Amino acid sequence: MMFMGAEPPRSDTRKEPMAPPDVQTPPPNEHKMRAEALRAWFGRSLALKGINLAIADKKVTAIIGPSGCGKSTFIRCLNRMHEVVPGARVEGTVLLDGKPIYGPTVDAVRIRRRVGMVFQKPNPFPTMSIRENVLAGARLNGLKVQDPEALVERALKQAALWDEVKDKLGQSGMSLSGGQQQRLCIARALALEPEVLLMDEPCSALDPIATARVEELIHEIGERLTIAIVTHNMQQAARVSDFTAFFLLGELVEFAETDALFTKPQDSRTEDYITGRFG
Amino acid sequence: MKAPPGEPYLRRRVVDVVARGLCVLMFVLAVVPLLSLLTYVVKQGVGGLSWSFFTELPKPVGETGGGMANALTGSAILVGLACAVGMPVGILAGIYLAEYGKNRFGDAVRFCADVLSGVPSITVGVFVYTLIVLSMKRFSALAGGVALGILMLPTVTRTTEELIRLVPDTLREAALALGVPRWRATLRVVLRTALPGIATGLMLAVARAAGETAPLLFTAFNNRFWSASLDKPMASLPVQIFTYAVSPYDDWHRQAWAAALVLVAAVLVLNVAARLVVYGRTAR
Repeated sequence: MMFMGAEPPRSDTRKEPMAPPDVQTPPPNEHKMRAEALRAWFGRSLALKGINLAIADKKVTAIIGPSGCGKSTFIRCLNRMHEVVPGARVEGTVLLDGKPIYGPTVDAVRIRRRVGMVFQKPNPFPTMSIRENVLAGARLNGLKVQDPEALVERALKQAALWDEVKDKLGQSGMSLSGGQQQRLCIARALALEPEVLLMDEPCSALDPIATARVEELIHEIGERLTIAIVTHNMQQAARVSDFTAFFLLGELVEFAETDALFTKPQDSRTEDYITGRFG
Repeated sequence: MKAPPGEPYLRRRVVDVVARGLCVLMFVLAVVPLLSLLTYVVKQGVGGLSWSFFTELPKPVGETGGGMANALTGSAILVGLACAVGMPVGILAGIYLAEYGKNRFGDAVRFCADVLSGVPSITVGVFVYTLIVLSMKRFSALAGGVALGILMLPTVTRTTEELIRLVPDTLREAALALGVPRWRATLRVVLRTALPGIATGLMLAVARAAGETAPLLFTAFNNRFWSASLDKPMASLPVQIFTYAVSPYDDWHRQAWAAALVLVAAVLVLNVAARLVVYGRTAR
């Protein structure tokens, strides 16, 4: 059982040496989001040790690294989902369009509407139909939808699921296959028209064919939307992303354009990881 | 030592047969009292059922006939009151325990609920008697409803907690990540998902409340006449069964059996109905 409110006293948390911000090459184009000296804790353990990383606007940024390196924690800090876990804490700055998303005057709920998220395991709402799942973001927030049918169709088309489900929108979301459920979750996130979409290993529970479909989809929506995707799979990162960040033990080791990172890694640890020497 | 081939297998088969036989035997032993009770109640009760049983008031002592219309409505009102008292408190307490109760205070509440579920019902009756009956200076339906509501409380609380805990965290996260405030996520997603199971638990609590006699004896008391006012004594099926069963009149005995049958049937029907409603809302 987790303990609520068990925040470590500040004196306990050793200050890690912070990487100077200029070590990481920021992408040459505009940034949608930017993390500065981002540190995150689970209870007493420090999961992120001062991350400086920019997420490029309307590009796909992949985050790779071995298990436990903090990559999931990192993207969960980008829409304030990290703090949902009891005892979890964040320090540092995250900017969305240049404005901080952490702070006493910022409402986490509003940030999450702008920065959507897709999880590792497909998680459609079991009590809702396919249609209701797509509309859930609006309905659960008590927002009126002008033309729900059009929104459902648009979101499902964006998620490349429309043709498969258009005749059974009233059926339970759980009646779909795993890959379809994941695309339904993507449609549900897209229906809120987020500016950024975070994906936490969205294909790790899917078979290769479903994975290929979701990757295709990431490619498509990545042209209109800022995407940050966490993946275990280096081939996937290479296939879908424009930029790649390599995390190790809570630190950002290397960040570069995907082609550059995979062909000419600057850091020996990156090279070891992408050539399969560990991880 | 080398066992002859086949012997361990034989031994295993014997143990399997014996163990399975014991299970079946115990199951039969457990079911026999239940079935014999049900058949006995039906056999004894059917004779007392008539149109007037459901529509008429009890006749004065000595006259035969009459019915239990007042006790039927009284029981319905008392159980309704009990639900109005026990369910909101119990469900909200259960939500609290499941979603926020991972601390000392939560453990204390959980412990109290468990203790309360073990408290004899007559103790709750005495408690409500001192609390409400003495201060109002009369028996009242209100006191009866509160007593039954308190009895429902632990079942409702713990069932709600257990079933909300079963809702996977991924659903909470899914809702929160859509920018849904926590309270809405809890009500519209978590509670909604756990609802079918909770409804079953609620029905068990209602069934228990409907059959309780002891706490009603000195709270709602009894009433031979029509009464729908909450500050007056009110008749109820269990108390009426008790009164009639210990009386010396055959006609009253017959009516007590009939009332017992109606009570059992009502609980059964309510149970099935609740499941159908919940199932109908969930399945598409």
